[in-house]
Amino acid sequence: MISSLTAEKLACVRGERRLFDGLSFRVKAGQALAVEGANGAGKTSLLRLIAGFLAPAAGTLTLTEDGKAITDAEERGRFIGWLGHQDGLKPQFTVIEQLRFYSQLYAAARTGEEDVLEQVGLTRQRDLPCRYLSAGQKRRLALARLVVSNRPLWLLDEPFAALDAAGQAMIGRLMAIHCGSGGMVVAATHDPLGLGNESLKL
Amino acid sequence: MSPFLCLLVRDMKLATRSGGGAALALSFFALVATLVPLGIGADLKLLARVAGGILWVGAVLAALLSLDRLFQGDYDDGSLELIALAPLPLELTSFAKIAAHWLSTGLPLTVLSPLLALMFNLPGDATLTLFLSLLIGTPAVSAIGAIGASLTLSLRRGGLILPLIILPLLSPAVIFGAGAVAAKMDGFSPLGPLELLGAFSLAAVLLSPFAAAASVRLNLSG
Amino acid sequence: MQFLFRYANPAMFMRLSGAVLPYVAAATVIALTAGLIMGFQVPPDYQQGMTVLIMFIHVPAATVAMSAYGAIAVCSLLSLVWRHPLSDTAARAAAPLGAMFTALGLITGSLWGKPMWGTYWVWDARLTSFLLLLFLYLGYMALWSAIEDETKAARAAAVLALVGAVNIPIIKFSVDWWNTLHQGESIMSGNLAPVFLWPLLTMMAGYMLLFVTLWLIRIQTAIVERRARSLMQGPA
Repeated sequence: MISSLTAEKLACVRGERRLFDGLSFRVKAGQALAVEGANGAGKTSLLRLIAGFLAPAAGTLTLTEDGKAITDAEERGRFIGWLGHQDGLKPQFTVIEQLRFYSQLYAAARTGEEDVLEQVGLTRQRDLPCRYLSAGQKRRLALARLVVSNRPLWLLDEPFAALDAAGQAMIGRLMAIHCGSGGMVVAATHDPLGLGNESLKL
Repeated sequence: MSPFLCLLVRDMKLATRSGGGAALALSFFALVATLVPLGIGADLKLLARVAGGILWVGAVLAALLSLDRLFQGDYDDGSLELIALAPLPLELTSFAKIAAHWLSTGLPLTVLSPLLALMFNLPGDATLTLFLSLLIGTPAVSAIGAIGASLTLSLRRGGLILPLIILPLLSPAVIFGAGAVAAKMDGFSPLGPLELLGAFSLAAVLLSPFAAAASVRLNLSG
Repeated sequence: MQFLFRYANPAMFMRLSGAVLPYVAAATVIALTAGLIMGFQVPPDYQQGMTVLIMFIHVPAATVAMSAYGAIAVCSLLSLVWRHPLSDTAARAAAPLGAMFTALGLITGSLWGKPMWGTYWVWDARLTSFLLLLFLYLGYMALWSAIEDETKAARAAAVLALVGAVNIPIIKFSVDWWNTLHQGESIMSGNLAPVFLWPLLTMMAGYMLLFVTLWLIRIQTAIVERRARSLMQGPA
């Protein structure tokens, strides 16, 4: 069980530009953190740093699992559910194929792809190739994938993008359920998460 | 199904479904084999003489066609980040992708080659050598190709620069592969070149995943 | 390593290379002049006649062409392991020079072939290897210029350079093998008469120094260019 994510004095340099410096924060199990800031302030870079795609220019990131500290980036990646700008879907694959692929790839202990599809309202599209989905439906499928991957730390980059009001309410629900069961959320967003969460201004 | 196997099966599905490129590579191979006699004439003796070289070059070029999608497709639609977070080191991810590419491209090209060899009037025993050399050598094409594909995965025009990067690196495979066929035609044992080809292929398959993984990492950090 | 890095910082490099450059350039001129004078004094070869003189401009070009790739590979390793930006600059600056010396080796080699076999190109093992080396250089340079993000381009190019460095001996071996299979010709057969040795070694030193001179100038230019660019961009 993951109990917390701690960042100490993180710095991020992209090219010649220093995006942020001396950034420290802590997210505990069951908590959500909203990362706010203007475009280009480094919200996405912070998420990529946590995911381990980027190496910090300075500082440390520590994930605590049952009192044991994990600092290795690749190991940290095994706890991360990622929702980026792109949905990561293949036009040739059907909705259910896509979900099964990710749950198998992540060796997720949890099954029940069908239930998750119902949660995000894509039961009817179950056997439809992804090329026929609308942008909103693709986003919902990406969310379903996030749930199915069964990872404790969700990193969400603009999760509300491309979703209508109902979709936004749905993602709020999913995040609440995730935090309620001891998960963590770090989301880069312009909109309030509505989870009684803390926020970090870049 | 393990993550490794799951990725391999997924990549093969993508390659063989419509728009995947596996069928395209086969057609391209057959087309090259058709154009060459149109270019150099239908002298059967001459065709038999050049068959080994032409079919080897054709197979390498055909395999190249589908390589630029090896990582680029996943990079473009955001799948590569998700795959990188799977409980699978990127080295094994690259290996799975190389294996999938070989199974969906290199192996079918090898299976098709005896038919094309027949059209080139290649003798039976030399055809067997050609088949074996492709079977042994095409994994190296997928493996070294994967390095090129991973280096160019963020490029819009990656398909143009990829051949320039990897064809020189693949020259030993062409030399030993076609050399084995030539040796057989001249009445020598093709075993020597086949062994050299096997060593080259083995080294390529074992080392390429590391180079490809390093290059995927640096592309994800952008 | 720390010692090396002190000199690998761009400002330090500019000062140091600026001080060294005139001497290297002078040594280049002296070695090349001496080599040429010595070269023209050797007696004609009993087989090749005066055409043997082409050796003095061909063989050193080929040696430098190989060494330049080695330099790129070493710089790439430094860049990948220690992430030092100057080694990227150095690697990039060496590539066109290496390609140029490779091309020079190819041209002089084929000019040498003409009087010997009556044709400019004979698929000699050495020439064929160098043709492939030229393509390796071209691919390396193309990758550098294709990727817009400079840090990314540097690291991708470094990976390619190392893959190439591992592969070059294999390519060389396979081409030699191919050449014996097809009973090709070879320019450099038999032992070198000692009378040719000294001019050849002097020319080699001259070529090497020429490469170093041009390399230093190119690295300096790249550093100055980058400074100018960041001045034009204004403060971040």
